[in-house]
Amino acid sequence: MNFDWIKILYSLLTIFIVMNIGLVLQGIMRKLGARVGRRHGIRIYQAYIDLIKNYSIRSSVSHGVMFFLGPVFRLAGGVGMLLFLPVIYGSEHFSNFSHYGDVTLIMYFMFLGMLGMAMGAGEAGHPYSPIGISRGLAQLTASEVPLILAIISVMAQYQTFSITEIVAAQQGGIMNWTLFTNPFATAAAMLSFLGAMGRAPFSVVIAPQEIPIGPPTEFNSTYLAVLQTNRAIFPVAKVIWYMALFFGGATSWPILIIKAIIIYFWSVFVGAVFPRFRIEQSLRWFVKIPALLGVIAIILVQV
Amino acid sequence: MTKKDLEKRIVTGPDGKQFEIDPIKDYFLDAKPEVHSPTSFKVVEKFLNWARSESIWILGYGTGCGAMELPPLMTPRFDAYRFGIQMRPTPRQSNLLIVSGYLGIKTLKRVIRSYEQMQNPKYVIALGSCTINGGMYWDSYNTINRLDYYMPVDLYVTGCMPRPEALLAGFDKLKELIRTGQAENANKYAEKFDWYKKNQKQIIKDWDMPDYNW
Repeated sequence: MNFDWIKILYSLLTIFIVMNIGLVLQGIMRKLGARVGRRHGIRIYQAYIDLIKNYSIRSSVSHGVMFFLGPVFRLAGGVGMLLFLPVIYGSEHFSNFSHYGDVTLIMYFMFLGMLGMAMGAGEAGHPYSPIGISRGLAQLTASEVPLILAIISVMAQYQTFSITEIVAAQQGGIMNWTLFTNPFATAAAMLSFLGAMGRAPFSVVIAPQEIPIGPPTEFNSTYLAVLQTNRAIFPVAKVIWYMALFFGGATSWPILIIKAIIIYFWSVFVGAVFPRFRIEQSLRWFVKIPALLGVIAIILVQV
Repeated sequence: MTKKDLEKRIVTGPDGKQFEIDPIKDYFLDAKPEVHSPTSFKVVEKFLNWARSESIWILGYGTGCGAMELPPLMTPRFDAYRFGIQMRPTPRQSNLLIVSGYLGIKTLKRVIRSYEQMQNPKYVIALGSCTINGGMYWDSYNTINRLDYYMPVDLYVTGCMPRPEALLAGFDKLKELIRTGQAENANKYAEKFDWYKKNQKQIIKDWDMPDYNW
């Protein structure tokens, strides 16, 4: 077996680039939120300073082994998901492990971080953490109903489980994208995307004023910094995942960045306009119209 | 929770097994605060201090009328976000405790708990005259007069009440202190821990919490 050590460097480079995209997007997103509220808002590079500051806090409090592993799981979920995606389609360097994983593996990775976080936050012992976690898991499960339906439709359409092959099938022009060949699946998935990003109207999971930021309530200094790192990587990984399924993937970094901004800001724009759902409202919302769109997508593919 | 709930006792589990529980030991961390000295590399410390000064996360402890001055800071008129100042709802993640106004003895207990849960380095801004000498409550039977007997204060913003502009000026001053490495009061608290604890216990008669609850 020949092992290509340079691939490790390329994987790290992928993570680094994606983290930076995530941090900048975070800054722009919060700036946009501020402008909607007629404020100047934070500086665009504030997310970087916050990250450096949290890594530089001198003391930290751990509540046990699972508490320690919670952020590790969360980061592993984000990084793992990213590495099994064809970040740049056709690139030898940035496709990482995408030939070995398939759609179901990515679905597992999406949940892995949340479950690890659930155990970690549970050990923290703060009553608000389990409230946030139970809401988060319920909402994520509900938002995955339309997503799964859409993905089943897409898999049936392309007759494959492999993400690389799904991306390959969409090459050769904008009209080959799943967005145009299977619009119902895309609509269902993009509505589910709102829930997966956890921004308003589905932000009750971290509800800062009501249950002090939910799951990460007890996480401090470096633990929080690891979570923040993940908060930069994970959303972009999710965006790349949606990009691969529905928007033809990306063949170079500039295209990836443009598409990532457009997909990412879909949830930001919705979040800037709509108020927050209560948890039972958001659960009901996901199993109504988005799920219906997903079912229609499956039926249309089979007909 | 009453004081009795914190006492040691024997409990019978669901399987009939008896075991001893010590709530103060079981539910709280019981290590004394330690001194965490700055890194010996001056350049690194300077850079980290810059980051700390540009990203201040506030735990707003709205005790008195000063609580009214905090929300406008975040609204379009004053917009403290511009200066890297953000509200944080939990003490674990905050760097700056703003004690806004008079402190009742009951409230002091909660402030101390919140302060001890914050991580080093941490800063305290005391807002209004009440935290300096008691202000208009100076002869009240149930408020404290001087905050810095009970926890080290980095900065006082005086007035009754100080307006948000004064608070913004205070943040600027605090940033300067952090950047020049003078805001090391978390270490001071750890060094003089016994003195602070003695003062706190002197005024809080019903001390029904562990000594170190962070």
